[in-house]
Amino acid sequence: MALRVFGTFALGKLGLQAQVMQAAGVTAAYAYSTVVQGYKYAKSHEWAKVHGDTATVGISDHAQSQLGDVVFVELPDVGKVVKQGETFGVVESVKAASDVYSPVSGEVVEVNQALVDKPGTVNTSPFEEGWIIKVKLSNKGELAALLDADAYAAECEKH
Amino acid sequence: SSRRLLSLLPQLGRAGALRASEHACSAGLLLFSRAFADDASLKKTVLYDFHVANGGKMVPFAGWSMPIQYKDSIMESTTFCRKNASLFDVSHMCGLTLKGKDAVRFLEGLVVGDIAGLKDGTGSLSVFTNEQGGIIDDTVITKVNGDQIYVVVNAGCRDKDLAHLDKHLQAAKSKGLDVSLTLHDDRSLLALQGPAAHEVLGALASGVDLKTMYFSDFKTFDVAGIPCWVTRTGYTGEDGFEISVPSSQAVALAEKLTANDRVRLAGLGPRDSLRLEAGLCLYGNDLNETLTPVEAGLAWTIGKRRREAFDFLGGDIIKKQIAEGVSKRRVGFVSSGAPARQHSVVSTTDGKVVGEVTSGAFSPCLKKNIAMGYVEKDFAKPGTQLKVEVRGKQNDAVVTKMPFVPTPYYKRPEPAKK
Repeated sequence: MALRVFGTFALGKLGLQAQVMQAAGVTAAYAYSTVVQGYKYAKSHEWAKVHGDTATVGISDHAQSQLGDVVFVELPDVGKVVKQGETFGVVESVKAASDVYSPVSGEVVEVNQALVDKPGTVNTSPFEEGWIIKVKLSNKGELAALLDADAYAAECEKH
Repeated sequence: SSRRLLSLLPQLGRAGALRASEHACSAGLLLFSRAFADDASLKKTVLYDFHVANGGKMVPFAGWSMPIQYKDSIMESTTFCRKNASLFDVSHMCGLTLKGKDAVRFLEGLVVGDIAGLKDGTGSLSVFTNEQGGIIDDTVITKVNGDQIYVVVNAGCRDKDLAHLDKHLQAAKSKGLDVSLTLHDDRSLLALQGPAAHEVLGALASGVDLKTMYFSDFKTFDVAGIPCWVTRTGYTGEDGFEISVPSSQAVALAEKLTANDRVRLAGLGPRDSLRLEAGLCLYGNDLNETLTPVEAGLAWTIGKRRREAFDFLGGDIIKKQIAEGVSKRRVGFVSSGAPARQHSVVSTTDGKVVGEVTSGAFSPCLKKNIAMGYVEKDFAKPGTQLKVEVRGKQNDAVVTKMPFVPTPYYKRPEPAKK
């Protein structure tokens, strides 16, 4: 899985990749967030990793760095039906509670229980251990509405 | 209700309170359309550029552009303060001095404290009250000497407080009282807080022995060669100092203080976490004009001498409350589930509504949800099991004594009892 960095205004801890970029002489005026090639992204900063008929869903590095330390994740029940673009849970940081929107439609088949005791995993590993739900896809055609990593990175860079 | 992104920038409440419940925003985050809160209508302290250069994330607060945090996360910044020393720019707050033979008498008509009884060079927390005994603002009042009182009020209440003071000043002057008000808008206020604060300040201070400067003492001395007014007080529960410095030298002072490795800059985010952990009220959340100091658990600010005449605005009502009790009281809570926030409804385990949360957050130091709010007096005893509602869920909550963390104020040792 390839990692790519892009410049944006992010507040959280710099990831290893970002530190490498900094060492490479990129200006330190902004911190860097990562995107993962091969994932699909919503403009609302959730990602979906599709494997067969299921997708794993989480929030991006950019989103976690904007939110700050995550202190609580409100997980949906297994079996809940989610729809692309609709809220399925809440990620709460020290100062704010944020709705999370599902990038895909389908049925929740698993939720990341590890986040109950360690909500900060969303910050430290937003694309891997910090996953939030797994969804059995009901409409793979909708994936076309999502952005690929480069398009998502470009979206973030616009602002 | 849709919780849009830009409300990640804390919106200003009446008193500039960071209202976390109103910040729920979509993780469908639009990105910040501006990297910094450089809205021309916001006021800037003289440290604005310094904050930005140090990685400050600027947000609007009480009409000012202030740093909510720097490179550290809010949690890291909070725990750092309790172990080392954090420097806060609190220049948005309003400092003023009342001068004159009748300054003390004048001020006592508006606040509940025993100002006459304060030793020269000492201060105290107090409250301005209205005719109903409600709290107009909380304030730190320092009696510099019998003719001079230094007062600091909240940024969000500045206009209201100054109008209130002005109205009563005009009346006092027309009665021939000798009292005048000077605003210190040419000065900035820095708060250095934490167990290392005295060591950091001591290394830069001259002409003072900080070991003899106790909690609430006020002294003027040079810090890094800059003449400052210093009060040993703060809003974090830690030992610390609020340092009033001429604005022309505020950046120089901040640079000297942050040059010490034990000091890090801290913003309004950790400031709010720290004060809540210390059980300190935030005006606009925990205090407002409809709440009296008795209900707010601040009856201790009503000086013993003042409890004879109650000669301040709303004194009769407060006298009655002290004699007969009050129907609701401010308490602390620890709760499970998602953090309770301002306006979370408090109920009994049977479902009867008995109160409301006024401030709440996840405590970085305690790693649990803490909150304060008001409950009917029968439910105010520590240990009482209640429920707080957060996003439709009833979470367990228990009334808890405050402060939630130890508060090692550097207090004057008590004289040995005979």
